[in-house]
Amino acid sequence: MKKLLLAALALIASAPIPLSAHAEATPSPPHQEWSFNGIFGTYDRAAAQRGFQVYKEVCSACHPVKHLFFRDLAELGYNEDEVKAIASTYQVTNEQPNDQGQMFQRPARPSDPIPGPFPNDQAARLANNGALPPDLSMIVKARDGGPDYVYSILTGYKDAPAGFNLLPGMNYNEYFAGHQIAMPPPLSDNAVTFADGTSATVPQMAHDVVTFLTWAAEPNLEPRHRTGFKVMLFLIVMAGIFYAAKRRIWATAH
Amino acid sequence: MADLAQQDVSGAHTGETRRDFLILTATAIGAVGVAATIWPFIASLNPARDTLALATTEVDLAPVQLGQRLTVAWRGKPVFIDHRTPQEIKAAEDVNISDLRDPQADSARVKKPEWLVIVGVCTHLGCIPLGQKTGDDRGPYGGWFCPCHGSIYDTSGRIRQGPAPANLVVPPYEFTADTTIKIG
Amino acid sequence: MAQTRLSATSRVIRWIDFRLPFVGMLQRELYDYPTPRNLSYWWNFGSLSGIMLVVMIVTGVFLAMQYTPHADLAFDSVERIMRDVNWGWMMRYAHMNGASMFFALVYIHLFRGLYYGSYKQPRELLWILGVIILILMIMTAFMGYVLPWGQMSYWAATVITNLFSAIPLIGQNIVTFLWGGFTVGNPTLNRFYALHYLLPFVILAVVFLHLVALHRFGSNNPLGIDKRGPQDTLPFHPYFTIKDLFGLAVFLLIYSFFIFYAPNFLGSSDNYIPANPMRTPNHIVTEWYLLPYYAILRSVPNKLLGVILAFGSIFLMFIVPWLDTSPVRSARFRPVYKWVFWLLVIDVIALGWVGANPPEGLVVTVGQIATLYYFVHFLILFPVIGKLERPRPLPASIAAAVLQGGRATALGAAGAPLAEP
Repeated sequence: MKKLLLAALALIASAPIPLSAHAEATPSPPHQEWSFNGIFGTYDRAAAQRGFQVYKEVCSACHPVKHLFFRDLAELGYNEDEVKAIASTYQVTNEQPNDQGQMFQRPARPSDPIPGPFPNDQAARLANNGALPPDLSMIVKARDGGPDYVYSILTGYKDAPAGFNLLPGMNYNEYFAGHQIAMPPPLSDNAVTFADGTSATVPQMAHDVVTFLTWAAEPNLEPRHRTGFKVMLFLIVMAGIFYAAKRRIWATAH
Repeated sequence: MADLAQQDVSGAHTGETRRDFLILTATAIGAVGVAATIWPFIASLNPARDTLALATTEVDLAPVQLGQRLTVAWRGKPVFIDHRTPQEIKAAEDVNISDLRDPQADSARVKKPEWLVIVGVCTHLGCIPLGQKTGDDRGPYGGWFCPCHGSIYDTSGRIRQGPAPANLVVPPYEFTADTTIKIG
Repeated sequence: MAQTRLSATSRVIRWIDFRLPFVGMLQRELYDYPTPRNLSYWWNFGSLSGIMLVVMIVTGVFLAMQYTPHADLAFDSVERIMRDVNWGWMMRYAHMNGASMFFALVYIHLFRGLYYGSYKQPRELLWILGVIILILMIMTAFMGYVLPWGQMSYWAATVITNLFSAIPLIGQNIVTFLWGGFTVGNPTLNRFYALHYLLPFVILAVVFLHLVALHRFGSNNPLGIDKRGPQDTLPFHPYFTIKDLFGLAVFLLIYSFFIFYAPNFLGSSDNYIPANPMRTPNHIVTEWYLLPYYAILRSVPNKLLGVILAFGSIFLMFIVPWLDTSPVRSARFRPVYKWVFWLLVIDVIALGWVGANPPEGLVVTVGQIATLYYFVHFLILFPVIGKLERPRPLPASIAAAVLQGGRATALGAAGAPLAEP
C-alpha cells in the first residue's frame, strides 16, 4: 500500500510542474542568494531601502507600483516622519473637487497610493514606442522564476549574437522569451548614489531593487514565515499526542 | 449507550491514569488549536490597514461665516463645524454644569470658543441630528435636534433632552493655522 | 442505569431529544456507529474531505466579506485582502491551496473506493452521490478560479465556457447565454460569484446524503467482506474519532506547509497579472486537478468528440458499479485487477503530465494512448476481468482475519456472494 501513497504523492508533485520546454532556448534564470528565501527568510531592510531608491530614481520613470501605498514604506524601516516626507514630494489629484468644483493637486499623504509615471495605459504606450511598461508591484509574483527571473532580466542585457534579427527599437536580453525586449537596459554602474556608501554596480542595484520588488509583491512574507513556523511546530506536537492517544485507545481493541 | 461505549474502553484499564492524562492532553491541544484558528478569522473583520490609514481630514475654516455651520467627512462620518455667534457661546457657557446629563464645561469642548467641532452622530443610535442647514429644526436650545428619537443638543453639542446618554463627541483635531484644522 | 437521579444536563438532553431526536441520532451515527475494525488509514480520506469542505466554506465566507465581484475592482480587492486585511493573506492562501488539498483528498478517496470495490452492491448510490459531489466540486473550483480576475481567471473562463460551443447548432447561443454578453465580462463574473457561493452549500447537502447512504450499510473495509456481528466492529468513538484526528493532524501539516511556505507553488504566476481581454497568456494550463480531463480534451482531434470524451471521463464514473462484474469487492482478493488498478493510476498521472505540457510530439502520442486506455480500462477491462478472473478465497469474517492474523480460515468458495440481498 505504500506504493499507492507514493503514487498519490507523485500525482500531486508531478502534475503542476511545468515540464514544458519553452519553445525558444531561453535559459532558466540562475538562482541567486536572497535574504527572504527559506523558512526563516526575512527582507533585508537596507537592501530594500536601497532598492526603493533604485525604483524611485530609475524604474519609476516608466513603471508604476500600483498596489503600493506610501504608508506601506513604514514596513521597510522608514519612520512615520520619513514616510510623510517621502509622500509629500509627490503631487496627487485630490479625491474630491474643491469648493469651486475643480479637481486639484495636493502633496501626497501616507494614505495615498504611490502615483505612477503615466495617467493611463494609453499615455504609457505613447511614451514607450507602443510598449506598455508593466506594473512592478506584482512583477515578482507575476513571472515564472520570480526574483531570480527579474534579476536575470535586469542583468541579462548583451549584444545580439551575429545573425540575430533584432528589430528596431528592441534590445537583446538573454533571459527574455524570444530575447527581444522593448525595455532598454535600465541600469548602468553608478546610476544612483547610495547614501550608505554601497557601491552602485549593476548587480548590486539589481539585487537591491529585486529585494524591494519582492517585498512589494509579497509584503506579508515575514508574518507568513513566522506564523507558519509556529503552526508547523504546534501541529507536529499535536500529531504526536494524537498518535500516542490513538495507540493507547486502540490497545484495548486487540 | 454512551456509557456502555465508554466502559468498554476504559474498563480494560481500570486504575490506569496515563490514558486519561493522554486523552486529556489530546483534547486540550485540540481545543487550543481550534481557538487559535478562530482568532485570525475574527481579527479579519476589524478595520483593515487601508481603512485605518484614512484617518485625517484637513478643513479650511476661512469661508465659514459667523453663525454658519459646515459639515465635513472624517472617517466616513459627518463632522459638524459651527462658527458660533457670541450669543451662542454665551448660551453654552452660562449653563449650570451640574444640571447636565453628561456634565462637561463648554471650555472643555472647544479649542477656540468661536469654533465648535463635533462628530455629528447622535449618541443614542447613530442618526445624524438636524441643525446644519438653515431652516432645520434646531430644538429649543438652538443646537441640534435628532429626528430619530428626539434627542436635543445645545450650542455646545451637549445632550439636554431625549434618550441620548452622552454629548456629541469632540473628535481629535488641531489648528494647523489660524483658520485651518486637521481632524484625526 | 444504576443511578436513581439524572443530572440536570441529562434531563435537558432528554427533554430535547424527546422532541427533536437529534441527540440520539448523533449518539447513534457518530458515537456508537459500528465501524469495521480493520479499516486502514485509506479510510481517513472521507472524513478529511468533509473537514476540508468546512474549511473551504469558512475561509470562503470570510473572504467574501472582503471581496468585490466587479470586473474593474475584483483584482484590486483580492490584492487588498492580501495586503491590508488582517490575516487576509492567510485566509486567501488557505482557500486557494485548500482547493488543491480538497481535490487531492477526494481523488485519493475515489481511488481507494476503486481499489476496494466500495462502489459495489449495496453501495451503488453512495458511489453515485460521491461522483455528483466531484462534479459539483469541479464546477465550484472553476468558478472560484475566475473570481480573482487575473489573466488565468479570464482565459480559463473563456476556454471552459467555449467548450459548450462544440454543441451543434445552438452551441454559440449557449455560450453567449453563459457569458451574459459577447465575451467573458462583468455579468459573467457576477453570476460566477453568486454560483460559487451557492454551490458549496449544495455540496454540503449532497455530502449529507452521501453520509446517510454510507450509514445505511456502514463502511466497506480492506477485506471487502460484510461485517457479520459485533466482533467485527468497533464503536466509532473513540476508536475512529482519534484515528481521524491523527490523520487530520498529519494532513494539516502538509496543508500548512503549502499555505505558509509554498503558497503559489500550485498556482500560475500569470494569475497575478490583471485580466486582459486583448491578450491570451503564452501558456494556458488548468489547475493540476483538472489536467487529466484537459489532456483528454486536447488528445481528440475533433472538437465535439473531445468535449464529449472529457465530460464522459467523469460521467463514466456513474456506471462503474455496473461495469464491474467481479463477485468480490476488495482488490486484495483479485489477483489480476490488483495490478490493472495500478495501470489506471499510472494512466491518470500520464494524462496529468500530458495536460501540463504543450501538445507537441511525444506529448500528443502519450495523450492519445492514455485517453484510449482510460476508456478501455472502464468499458472493457472492468467487465472482462470481473468475469474471467478467479478471486482468491475470502476470510470467514473480519474478526477472524484481524484477530487471528490470517486468511487461513478461508470461506473456501471463491466468488462467494457479496451480501445477502
